[in-house]
Amino acid sequence: MMQRNPAGRSDTLVQGLGLLTVAVLTLGIFMAFVYAPTDRDQGDAQRIFYIHVPMAWLAYLAMGVVLVGSVGYMWKRSERMDRLARSSAELGFLFTTLVLITGSLWGRPIWNTWWQWEARLTTTLVLWFIFIGYFMVRAYAGDRERGARYAAVLGIIGAIDVPIIHQSVKWWRTLHPEPIVLDTGGPNLPDSMLATLVVCFIGFTLLYAYLLVQKTRVEWARDMLAERELTALLSPATDATDRRVAGSVTHEVSGAAED
Amino acid sequence: MDDNLGYLFAAFAVTWLAIAGYLLYVGQQVKTLRDEVRMLEDGDDAVR
Repeated sequence: MMQRNPAGRSDTLVQGLGLLTVAVLTLGIFMAFVYAPTDRDQGDAQRIFYIHVPMAWLAYLAMGVVLVGSVGYMWKRSERMDRLARSSAELGFLFTTLVLITGSLWGRPIWNTWWQWEARLTTTLVLWFIFIGYFMVRAYAGDRERGARYAAVLGIIGAIDVPIIHQSVKWWRTLHPEPIVLDTGGPNLPDSMLATLVVCFIGFTLLYAYLLVQKTRVEWARDMLAERELTALLSPATDATDRRVAGSVTHEVSGAAED
Repeated sequence: MDDNLGYLFAAFAVTWLAIAGYLLYVGQQVKTLRDEVRMLEDGDDAVR
């Protein structure tokens, strides 16, 4: 049976979340450029930190949500959990790409190099490949259920990379700075910089939540169309209208599958 | 002017362009799929 989209009833809440996200991120940008002082050693390049660190956090968070969704799917075979995992994986790919790019743009003026094969950068690149692999196993599994199962296994195994990334600066000698916010001795930076970073963290986390809701809606609609296609195939169309509807569903689902 | 400003603006520009691009991509998908689902539901009502 077709279901009503549960997200459809919460449009106002989602719009509210979007507006709150814009407000907090605007404040975050203002603080990053105006309120936070210029670092004595790194100069303005240090301000990249206010987007680079939240991007790293979102990459971790996205992979954590992929883990939860993957475990949920393997345990209960819940389509909802699979939708959550694949939506978060797409966001994880986006934010991991951004953490690599912003890190590189910070590394060039500070380390005098765009890239170093050191532990933190390499393990983050591995996470990026895990997200790519997650979508590749879905695309090449052949059958949708099998693809979801393979992706869930990769999502669970791939999540192991997150604590490795975080601990890499402690386990190996690296160029990358050690954690300054999640340091065991507490945050190790001036209050104005910490406040700016916290606002940016909150803003980007709200952005992740907003994008996750929107992406989950897209995945829900795709699943709904796939279900319609199956229904149309099991009940052959008997008149022109039925044929048009069935053809349209098939066309749309094929288009979505190619995305 | 600080030489590092170029890197700073590049980092912010890349981040915001990527996020804006992703928002447009998802927004377009939401609209297309919603329209399609609505059309199918209307088609079903017409058949009944």
